[in-house]
Amino acid sequence: MTPDLPTRSQPAGLDRAVRKANRPASRASFSLAIPLLLFLLVTFVVPIVSLFAKAVDNPETRSVLPATVAALDAWPGAGAPDEAVFAAFARDLARAASGRTAAGLGKRLNYEIPGMRSRVITAARSAGVVQAPFKAAFIKLDPVWGDPIVWATIKRDGRRLTPSYLLAAADLRQTADGAIVPAPADQRIFLGILGRTLFIAGLVTVLTLVLGYPVAYALALAPPLLASVMMLCILLPLWTSLLVRTTAWVVLLQTNGVVNDVILALGLSSERLQLIFTRFGTVAAMTHIQLPFTILPIASVMRTIPAAHMRAARSLGAPPAAAFWQVYAPQTLPGVMAGGLITFILSLGYYITPALVGGPNDQMISNFISIYINSELNWGLASALGVVLLVVTLGIYGVFLRVVGADKLRLG
Amino acid sequence: MMFRQRLLVASFLSGMSVVAGTAARAETTLSLMSFGGAYQEAQRKAVFESYTAKTGTKIIEQEYGGEIAKIKAMVDTGNTTLDVIDVDAPTASQGCDEGLFETIDWSRIGDRSNWIKGTATDCAVGTIVYATIVAYDAAKMKNGPTKMADLFDTARFPGKRGLFKSPYGNMEFALLADGVPVGDVYKVLGTPEGIDRAFKKLGTIKKDVVWWDAGAQAPQLLASGEVVMTTAWNGRIYNANKEGRQFKIVWDHEMLDSNLWVIPKGAKNPQASYDFIKFYVQPEILSKVSKYIPYGPVTQSAVADVAPDIAENLPTTPKNMTNSFTLDVNFWADHADEIRKRFTTWLAQ
Repeated sequence: MTPDLPTRSQPAGLDRAVRKANRPASRASFSLAIPLLLFLLVTFVVPIVSLFAKAVDNPETRSVLPATVAALDAWPGAGAPDEAVFAAFARDLARAASGRTAAGLGKRLNYEIPGMRSRVITAARSAGVVQAPFKAAFIKLDPVWGDPIVWATIKRDGRRLTPSYLLAAADLRQTADGAIVPAPADQRIFLGILGRTLFIAGLVTVLTLVLGYPVAYALALAPPLLASVMMLCILLPLWTSLLVRTTAWVVLLQTNGVVNDVILALGLSSERLQLIFTRFGTVAAMTHIQLPFTILPIASVMRTIPAAHMRAARSLGAPPAAAFWQVYAPQTLPGVMAGGLITFILSLGYYITPALVGGPNDQMISNFISIYINSELNWGLASALGVVLLVVTLGIYGVFLRVVGADKLRLG
Repeated sequence: MMFRQRLLVASFLSGMSVVAGTAARAETTLSLMSFGGAYQEAQRKAVFESYTAKTGTKIIEQEYGGEIAKIKAMVDTGNTTLDVIDVDAPTASQGCDEGLFETIDWSRIGDRSNWIKGTATDCAVGTIVYATIVAYDAAKMKNGPTKMADLFDTARFPGKRGLFKSPYGNMEFALLADGVPVGDVYKVLGTPEGIDRAFKKLGTIKKDVVWWDAGAQAPQLLASGEVVMTTAWNGRIYNANKEGRQFKIVWDHEMLDSNLWVIPKGAKNPQASYDFIKFYVQPEILSKVSKYIPYGPVTQSAVADVAPDIAENLPTTPKNMTNSFTLDVNFWADHADEIRKRFTTWLAQ
């Protein structure tokens, strides 16, 4: 832009010309990638979008209580609603009882007010026989139906979308008047578990780097035959099932296990140590399982660094340590970043290993996602936890790229 | 020579059975899903094989780990390929609530009052009962625990104890050990004070607990000496003993849970599903399952059919179930969410 830099514009123009000349070729290669892009769209983008949708979807109340939700529009929000709402409620519930949808509504309400599930089912069972005036009849059946908080919750849940799962995943909840407040102390679990998940993943990443970097260096320096044997030793655990490796750690770490036998024999401790079912057990087993993922990218980057660089540094007078840290190590940074990132992100998703060798405080967030999907059938909350994990992971990745620079990352 | 002849005959017969199999498939098949492992093996030996032999219906088996999500995914996509599914009691109740299962027409099965309480529901037909019990290693401990309260008695029985890493069962055991009568457990647990009381009792042994996650861990913890006693599922303890262990089961305040057959919503041939379930729950067929795995039949008439030496190990034997209680699926459906969260924060404290 400034007149004293006229030569700068020339390469940019050249750049554009080169890009233009290459365009047909890049179009051809892009068209080759179309099948893969379609595959990714179906197997990756669609599930993630539906995950986001599930986290805010709120169909139960609208579909089971359509007339009630409509009638509640006129309710000012204070005191129990009037007879018109209860009459609509009786009609909706009678229909729900014959279509067996009342329990679904009960389950949805139960997320907000514990114990509501069986109350809704009981009310639905008697909805066919209650007589007008309905308001008095329902309140006689169960005083809970006179509680404005219940009706405010039903009114709020009548909307198509709900923030409640995402709020729950962040240990927040909405009060009856719509204010967002922290969940009660004994119900706040997810932020703590998310923090614990990030901490364990971070610790495992650092440990694999500390342990793996020298191994990768030795691998890069070793003669070809030794290097291939070392590579086999690194890869071998990868070909063993995760469950088998985890079980092996159980055998090693248990109180009457191999590690404790060795510690006793060496006289390092006079009694057996609690190694299994602790944070130590979780981190040790996860570090072992993740080591190859950290070592391989580092080793592949190290192999591309010419040995001449170190020799040149030494011949120019640098002592060995300085030659290593100032010339060699900075060039391995892309591999270190890539290996660390792979291990960190994979570690966020662990749950079998912490469950089998970890202590009571080592359950990670995936464990809860699996509980809510498989056994509690609360897919809304499971999706919301998935969204939180995804957003946090992408956030860390973004910060990482900002700090380190995308060009510093080389995956193999 | 002899050998070759036999081989010939064998290959001829297997050829025949392939032909017969194809013919049967053209007539009727029944697709079912159960829990796999030793349990499904027992079902196969006791029931599936005799059902095929008697009716000619070929049974196509699938296995799963009890994940209701799998059933929901199948029903939601509108392509129900299974005729019957074996589920546990919480799943039977959840799936019924969610409309994943067909309503059972009991007139097509039998007299509902013949079933043990809680195992004949609107959507599910119970088959077997198993129990969560306290077990210890008699080879390591001569005078072991004799009652549920001993699980909480660290003065008389010092050492670690194994507990399932979930509030299910543990809350109930804590209240029972704290003196709540067995009939009132869920009434007490339904109040905030009751929940506090259960956590307080669990707190007395918290530092002595090793939490297990998978059913196979419980006998393993006993075998390795990691714990002096543990809660466990009775079938796991029985299997460990078959492999030479001397584990003892404490039949006191044990928690009963059941497995049940359900018909998934949209099943293609309900008549075939009913025929199969009806066959399965005949006393002489149902009682045969207990021969292969120590789970008790749920109908009173089948209990009477079990041989005495097998009955010894079953949770349904009268002397074993004097003060047992049944897992209340309705209570847990109402309160699982809040209690699980509180349990998790309690563990972290």
